[in-house]
Amino acid sequence: MEGPDFSAPLPMTNNLVLSLKALSKRFGSVVANDAVSIDLHQGEVLSLLGENGAGKTTLMNMLFGHYMPDSGTVDVADMDGNMHPLTLGHPQAALEAGIGMVHQHFTLAENLSALDNILLGSESLLRWRQNHRAARHKIAGIIERTGLSAPLDEKVGNLSVGERQRVEILKALYHDARILVLDEPTAVLTPQEADTLFENIGAMTKDGLSVIFISHKLREVLAFSHRIAVLRHGRKVGEIATKDADEKSIARMMVGADTPVNPREDIAVGAPVLQLKSITVSGDSARNSLQDANLTVHANEVVGIAGVSGNGQSALASIVSGLAGPDHGEMLVDDVAITRFDPPNLLKSGIGRIPEDRHHDGVIGAMTVAENLIIERLNDPDVQKNGFLRQEIIREHAQELCRDYDVRGPGIDAQARLLSGGNIQKLILARVFECSPRLILANQPTRGLDLGAANEVARRLLEARKRGAGILLISEDLDEVLALSDRIVVIHDGQLIAAKDKDRASIGLMMAGEHT
Amino acid sequence: MDILQILISDSFWAAAFRIATPLIFGVLGALICEKAGVLNLGIEGIFAAGAMAGWMAVWLGAGLWGGLLVAALTGGAFGLLHAILTVPLGLSQHVSGLGITMLATSLSYFTYRTTLPNVSSPPRIVPFQPLDIPVLSDLPFVGLVLFQQTAMTWLAFFMVALVWWVLNRTPLGMAIRAVGDNPDAVDAQGLSVYGLRIGAIVAGSALMALGGAFLTMSAFDAFFFGMVNGRGWICIALVIFASWRPGKALLGAVLFGAFDAFQVRLQTEVGALVPSQVFLMAPYVMSIIALVIVARRAEYPRALLTPWFKGQR
Repeated sequence: MEGPDFSAPLPMTNNLVLSLKALSKRFGSVVANDAVSIDLHQGEVLSLLGENGAGKTTLMNMLFGHYMPDSGTVDVADMDGNMHPLTLGHPQAALEAGIGMVHQHFTLAENLSALDNILLGSESLLRWRQNHRAARHKIAGIIERTGLSAPLDEKVGNLSVGERQRVEILKALYHDARILVLDEPTAVLTPQEADTLFENIGAMTKDGLSVIFISHKLREVLAFSHRIAVLRHGRKVGEIATKDADEKSIARMMVGADTPVNPREDIAVGAPVLQLKSITVSGDSARNSLQDANLTVHANEVVGIAGVSGNGQSALASIVSGLAGPDHGEMLVDDVAITRFDPPNLLKSGIGRIPEDRHHDGVIGAMTVAENLIIERLNDPDVQKNGFLRQEIIREHAQELCRDYDVRGPGIDAQARLLSGGNIQKLILARVFECSPRLILANQPTRGLDLGAANEVARRLLEARKRGAGILLISEDLDEVLALSDRIVVIHDGQLIAAKDKDRASIGLMMAGEHT
Repeated sequence: MDILQILISDSFWAAAFRIATPLIFGVLGALICEKAGVLNLGIEGIFAAGAMAGWMAVWLGAGLWGGLLVAALTGGAFGLLHAILTVPLGLSQHVSGLGITMLATSLSYFTYRTTLPNVSSPPRIVPFQPLDIPVLSDLPFVGLVLFQQTAMTWLAFFMVALVWWVLNRTPLGMAIRAVGDNPDAVDAQGLSVYGLRIGAIVAGSALMALGGAFLTMSAFDAFFFGMVNGRGWICIALVIFASWRPGKALLGAVLFGAFDAFQVRLQTEVGALVPSQVFLMAPYVMSIIALVIVARRAEYPRALLTPWFKGQR
């Protein structure tokens, strides 16, 4: 892997720049953070590692003044290195203390230029005109030192995700941040963009900046930080110098137990179950378009679609699930051409769907768990008789599925919205697998799930593969695609390109639109 | 007389600009509110309140410019009420706005009736007079069209330039536009989302009230019931027509003024053949057609209608 060398000892004076002392925060009965203490030194990259819901973002939101901690204090170094207590609960105080935060969801105004976004809040609102010349000069200096470049005069709405992120970082540095917090910065980037980001971070830390880097990706945490702090259930459960850590040990810290590795048996693939032939969809943007897409998924096979989000994955998923028909081209399921693109018809042809947004499209939150389990087959005689739902059978059936698929929650008569993300996903898996589909469309099946639940989803998908289903896996997580797929197809700008082999670097280049 | 002759007559264009003036104030006011992310349907009532308050202040001896100040403050007060309901409390902007319209209209009528219980026709004031600018006013065509308007029309033109400058060239303008696109961006930079939105609504409402004041202090010389007559609603449509740009807002207002002036003249020409209601309807039909064409591409401020609450992200 390219990038700066983090294994070398820190060329630093060990100056403390930030000290979180026993920060605690409760939301109702949930303890989000329990007496978490963390120190950060000058020029250091500290990874804050933890599963979803471990309390990483809450901790940083307290540091940045978005939340008021229930107890605990924060000390920050001033320009001369003297530590002062930080006024908590005020973003303005954090900004003035030199703390900059790049949120996972960018806080940029899309209707303003990159430059105006960077300047926002830095000038008195009573000024009669903006002082662009001095600002450009200062930004040019920052760009020179860090290598962060962005088209300053372009509207943010026209920028790519990577460029927007650089604008966010430039904004923080322009406001004289000496401590930069990056919340899951690589979640939206191609591997190459991520490498560039890490190079920029390397340059920034040489310049004296300190970085807290929130992530749940073990690979990049190991490659790009000096020290790793691990959070679990709101507590700090470990802290380790990166050079002493390996993937297995920090995964164990994160989860609290060894994570099982799903065995992927070699199975000979069967006949094609899904064939797309020259499918073209002309949507209003690249996000909704496909150009001359060809794809085949066989029985006993997982085909992974790798790509940065917004490159046509939604269009592909819409076609395969029947939400939209193509402008040109043909789709065959089990060698039968699909003539009518509507979801019930495709369901009947043997396609099971795990939708991207499980809360919005996967369940109806106001209906019960039992009802959600039968919602795709309301006309089935098992479920209704003469137009009346057979409540007894439906409830028994739900009990059984919840047991088999380990769906935990307040029970089968509770509203589905009360379930956690992982349990909603298990509910959807139960509903899909029960119909023994020929093809399973798994769109971002593990996004936002903790490691345990993600592992369970992966195990079920591989089980279905073994049973003879074809699986079309769409995921932005390249590691997941690499781990589960038999074949990988890269989607970029509405085009599908088969990857020659499972090589991370070349797939990364293809995701960025560069053909090798 | 044919249509062409109407279109090139100076009195027609003078009328177009006269009709456009209150709309320019109103559309600028609505534009500022919406740029900050809040729809202000109080506009129709704020017009009435401005018309009433300005006129009554002059009648009570405040002077014309004093009257405008009173109108602006009255509009600002109703704006503040709308702002408190929709910004920190985050209530429905539609419901609050319509409520403000009903409240402001009724309060204006109520004040009028209680102050002047025994009059059959309202007392008249001496309104703004056409500005006579030496040399320029004597120019052919342009002289009559532009240089014989009242000071309020010129104030409206000045406001277009001022609003454009503030929104596009000042840090305050950047902050207002940002708060209408992504309030989180403003909050993350330590600026007050509530402060910016409330301020924009108060300022925008003050401008709307000036549009109302034009009716009683320049176009006419007294307050009548029902004199606002849907001008506020037209402004709401014109903002979309203008794609939230002050320059286009001016254009839209003048176009509407031209349609309105045109239908009056056409009525006298062919009124015997076509019922007058058709002509009265024409400017509104034209604005609907213009909206259908333009609004399909309109880029709404992204955070319009979406309340934002501190500490929730």
